[in-house]
Amino acid sequence: MNKILNVSPSPHISTPETTRRLMYGVVIALIPALAASIYYFGMGAIIVTLTSVVSCVAVEYLVQKFILKTRPSVSDGSAVVTGLLLAFNVPSNLPIWIIIIGAIISIGVAKMTFGGLGSNPFNPALVGRVFLLISFPVQMTSWPVPSGFRTGYLDAVTGATPLGVLSEGVKAGESVASLMEKVPTHMQLFYGYMGGSMGEIAAAALIIGGIYLLWKKIISWHIPVSILVSVALFTGILWLADPTKYADPGFHLLTGGIMLGAIFMATDYVTSPMTHKGMIIYGIGIGVITVLIRTWGAYPEGVSFAILIMNAFVPLLNMYIKPKRFGKEVKHG
Amino acid sequence: MFKTFPKGGIHPPENKLTADKPIVILPVPPQVTVPVSQHIGAPATPVVEKGAAVLAGQVIAEAKGFVSTNIHSPVSGKVSKIDTVVDTTGYKQTAVIIDVEGDEWVTTVDRSTALEKEITLTREEIIERCRQCGLVGMGGATFPTHIKLTVPAGKSCDMVIINGAECEPYLTSDHRLMLEKGAEVLTGATIIMKALGVERAVVGIEANKPDAISHLTELAREFRGITVQPLKVKYPQGGEKQLIKACTGREVPSGGLPIDVGVVVQNVGTAFAVYEAVQKNKPLVERVVTVTGKSVANPGNFLVRIGTPVTALIEAAGGMPDDTGKVVNGGPMMGKALAITDVPVTKGTSGILLFPAAASRRAEVLPCIRCGKCSSACAMGLEPWLISVLSEKGMWEKAEKEKITDCMECGACAYTCPAKRPLLDYIRLGKSTVIRLARERVTK
Ligand code: SF4
Ligand code: SF4
Repeated sequence: MNKILNVSPSPHISTPETTRRLMYGVVIALIPALAASIYYFGMGAIIVTLTSVVSCVAVEYLVQKFILKTRPSVSDGSAVVTGLLLAFNVPSNLPIWIIIIGAIISIGVAKMTFGGLGSNPFNPALVGRVFLLISFPVQMTSWPVPSGFRTGYLDAVTGATPLGVLSEGVKAGESVASLMEKVPTHMQLFYGYMGGSMGEIAAAALIIGGIYLLWKKIISWHIPVSILVSVALFTGILWLADPTKYADPGFHLLTGGIMLGAIFMATDYVTSPMTHKGMIIYGIGIGVITVLIRTWGAYPEGVSFAILIMNAFVPLLNMYIKPKRFGKEVKHG
Repeated sequence: MFKTFPKGGIHPPENKLTADKPIVILPVPPQVTVPVSQHIGAPATPVVEKGAAVLAGQVIAEAKGFVSTNIHSPVSGKVSKIDTVVDTTGYKQTAVIIDVEGDEWVTTVDRSTALEKEITLTREEIIERCRQCGLVGMGGATFPTHIKLTVPAGKSCDMVIINGAECEPYLTSDHRLMLEKGAEVLTGATIIMKALGVERAVVGIEANKPDAISHLTELAREFRGITVQPLKVKYPQGGEKQLIKACTGREVPSGGLPIDVGVVVQNVGTAFAVYEAVQKNKPLVERVVTVTGKSVANPGNFLVRIGTPVTALIEAAGGMPDDTGKVVNGGPMMGKALAITDVPVTKGTSGILLFPAAASRRAEVLPCIRCGKCSSACAMGLEPWLISVLSEKGMWEKAEKEKITDCMECGACAYTCPAKRPLLDYIRLGKSTVIRLARERVTK
């Protein structure tokens, strides 16, 4: 009867949910899009993904072990997720060494210098992507054209993205209607038949992943829905105002990084707001900035920048947007 | 129509292993240890001496002041000593230890089980009887019942809520009482209504007790003004503020009490105790305790005398399993872990829960991933991640501004955290410090 009993404060039970399970849930949700990428881009997609994941995990491990001298925590799965997302955000013909630089920036700089998981203000994969875009503009904007599974990697046939076609064409004074002839149909866009970053093209596959995340309660609807709705509304208004100059909302929703960004990038826990109200404001901000960049900015695509800009506002949103407290204040006499 | 509170809440596994185990009367143990403080408020003062012969139901310690209550002998026998013992909270306190001889009761107690529906006592007499009989809230808060039945000057009450939510996983003592003593519970509710001078009572029961919902709904036809409100299963449905919101839509103000919205909440067990005190003149000397756990051989619901060692209860449930690593007094969400099982059952002991060693250690704490799940779980609309960090850093003023004192310590935040952060540990520390600092401000 002299058992040593554990004495700890309540609660005495805890959800089976863990950081690791959440992270691997995201990995599972990325599988349909990964499969689509491999289908469209072949060997290149496989090489880019493996390189990115392995180097992100390796960088995290090495930094923790030899620089920070803390216990490596790669098993939490967050570096795997960053690796996948970084891969999804680059072209499938990107040379291995550039991917490794991206991983070093994503994990080594954007995540570890701030204290690792939970402390980084900016989405690590996006910091990596934007760094690469600025440093290697040529390699980062040569888009392999989808062609069914191919064994080629660096020698892929490349072409412009639909957003690139649109942006160039409008600048050259062409009408949107004639430009729409040059890009895939909306249905093709939906299935991902277009040039673009490795993992962003297949809206259908990304949406399947998003439904999985919602079903497993890994994310809530607030961020993706507010991004997609604000993009649809904003581009819809422009389109109604002048359909010769602006593309329709469907085109905008299905091209570029919108789906990937709304479902997987902007919903990163660490760099997004913690209240539902904050999430909606953040999502609207991302949607609006994306459309501004796409329509009037220097780049044809703006989701990454929009998310990073809104990441910067997250601490403010967390400070000022509070959940509704239970019970109004009373004065005590 | 199932109702619930609107914001937050969690769904831990219910594990109501003993829901269909009828209440078993536990034999009187050879010795009982009766602490003089089993309630919120001043400890009672012992009025018996070593060697004195006592009868079951006899006052052995008297209430000291208004916020206090009487303690009665749960058994007949001889006072072996008055000593300092460790109680279920882990603190030391005075207790009257009685060697049991037979089972003789004071003659004023009506021990028959016949249902007595007619209420003859007046309002004042009811309240006085509750005080005399040592009644306290049986849900775990142990606030003296006679105070709760006295509406403070300037406040008014128009409704009673009987708390049959029993939202804590594992616990089934209220569930069994509703099934086996339904008419007594509803009579108790009627008595409480009379004491408060209100016409309406609602019994809130969670949907995982459909038998209790239908049984009481049936019985309630015979009772004026009492209705049963089925509730969705969601923790912490049984929290007073959440229960009131669910049943009435009224929102108790921050820092306020149920009476601020005209409601008094009493637990099912308390309603039964009120029935016994008022109709049978029986003091609070026994209660129903759920003894449970996944490795426990015969988990069950037991009617035990106050002062019975927890060890005896565990024996009755088949003994302590070899793999036991933690014993909790109460439910898994809000109960307190016991350091030793050689402590007495008190008026507030609703359950004894045994965890295997594997389930009794906390998981490794990882960094906060800012997922916001804790905020979504908090039924009080707080931000647990934030107030726990503020407490950790000793930023008491900020913690106060973030309403840390609204925390009801339900544990939903800590339960839900995927990074296994000990949120409530820090919040408790912060809350008690903020309350202490606020008190000091007032007295300065
Ligand atoms: S313990 Fe406090 S902070 Fe945590 S969920 Fe419950 S009320 Fe909210
Ligand atoms: S649930 Fe845990 S990990 Fe998530 S925000 Fe709250 S404290 Fe952080």
